[in-house]
Amino acid sequence: MEVSSLAIFFVSARSHGGQVITIDSLNKQYHTPRGTYHALRDVTLQVEKGDIFGIIGLSGAGKSTLIRCLNRLEEPDSGSIVIDGREITGLATHELREARKKIGMIFQHFNLLDSRTVQGNVAFPLELAGWPRKEIAQRVAEILDLVGLSDKAGSYPAQLSGGQKQRVGIARALANHPEVLLSDEATSALDPQTTRSILELLADINRKLGLTIVLITHEMSVIRQICGKVAVLDRGEIVESGPVDAVFSAPSSATMRLFLEHSTLLQGSGAGI
Amino acid sequence: MNEDLIPMLLTGFGETLYMVVLSTVAAVLLGLPLGVLVVISSTGHVMESPRLNRVLGVVINITRSFPFIIMIVLLLPLSRFLVGTTLGATAAAVPLSIAAAPFLARIIENSLKEVDRGKVEAALAMGATPLQIVRKVLIPEALSSLVLGLTLAVITITGFTATAGAIGAGGLGSLAIRYGYMRYREDVMFATVLILVVFVQGVQWSGDKLARRINRNQHRLG
Repeated sequence: MEVSSLAIFFVSARSHGGQVITIDSLNKQYHTPRGTYHALRDVTLQVEKGDIFGIIGLSGAGKSTLIRCLNRLEEPDSGSIVIDGREITGLATHELREARKKIGMIFQHFNLLDSRTVQGNVAFPLELAGWPRKEIAQRVAEILDLVGLSDKAGSYPAQLSGGQKQRVGIARALANHPEVLLSDEATSALDPQTTRSILELLADINRKLGLTIVLITHEMSVIRQICGKVAVLDRGEIVESGPVDAVFSAPSSATMRLFLEHSTLLQGSGAGI
Repeated sequence: MNEDLIPMLLTGFGETLYMVVLSTVAAVLLGLPLGVLVVISSTGHVMESPRLNRVLGVVINITRSFPFIIMIVLLLPLSRFLVGTTLGATAAAVPLSIAAAPFLARIIENSLKEVDRGKVEAALAMGATPLQIVRKVLIPEALSSLVLGLTLAVITITGFTATAGAIGAGGLGSLAIRYGYMRYREDVMFATVLILVVFVQGVQWSGDKLARRINRNQHRLG
């Protein structure tokens, strides 16, 4: 008990380079009629402040479950998650809602509200957080400028391209000054060129705001382009993790070697991406 | 044509309109919360409660099973208690709204269920409460479909008022039965049916137009 409160104290001190996310022995099982399925087994990870942390794995490896546990869209069975000094896994429902307001999230299918304009979508989290109307308008303009969509403020999502929709998603996630941004396969529905520009935007935001980003992906190119650290998830277990350079130059897990082989193959053949 | 026909029809239409509006408002007040609760209490939704969901489902199904004429008779004591009489348009609005509410609840349930799960999830991730999700996500996102459902309900209620007219509610249905059917006044019969046809067309046309307008904003391209 004392040890864990001490840990929380240090995390909340938020010194540069300190840990902003600590995941400790996280477990999650799904009970299906065909038997028990281990989505996560003893997952332990630390993410440092200001880092872009990538989690890569094949489909079904548990990536999505893991990132969704971070804001408890998915409830872990056991283990603990501490984000910015707050033990997420120990929060009551109303405390969790408050904590979620400081954890931005972007999604593969954007999940924008079709009945609201771009402006209205970005204002949404601020309305939920109880911002005064005037400040909302100001903040929305500011953040739309940051993602390069000022001219689309009055458009509806149906009028936007996939890349523009994800920019709205990013603006919405950043509006309420989050501590952390979670990215759930945010570029998987986009073409390679749009993917690159969205990743550039994320890297840019990371630099400008010092925002910590955790992203999951099944694409090596995403990790290569923007991540500082990477963890490899295989059948619910972290099989390898570390700085991207180190992991790429000397992969120790079979999954990572498979990923690297596959991506070099693509590059070597000069596939018209 | 008889000179008493026009005022009679006007009064009848007025009564029908009054019953339809009053019953629709009351049916929405009862049916909207019911429909919303059925959706959000379903498995995996924002207020998951299998027991509440089952109970509501059974209540809705039972209420919907009653033939409307039986419903009126059963609810006579309630009409007398709430309105003070069992005759007239206001008294008829009691069984009308209670019969229409579960029907409307199902229509609302179907509309709200169509809202993409991902939108609800995104709102949850932003710290929205279940009530905020209902007010700011489910209802606005389903609005065009809700308008069409409400249009359907208004037309069904209009049909119900004719049945209610058979046992003392007044309105056009009552005119058609008392004069057109019982006294062989074909002009009355023809005129009431004509008015109802025009009315129903008008309601459907307005509903469609409104729903299209809502939809156009959301799905306009380029």
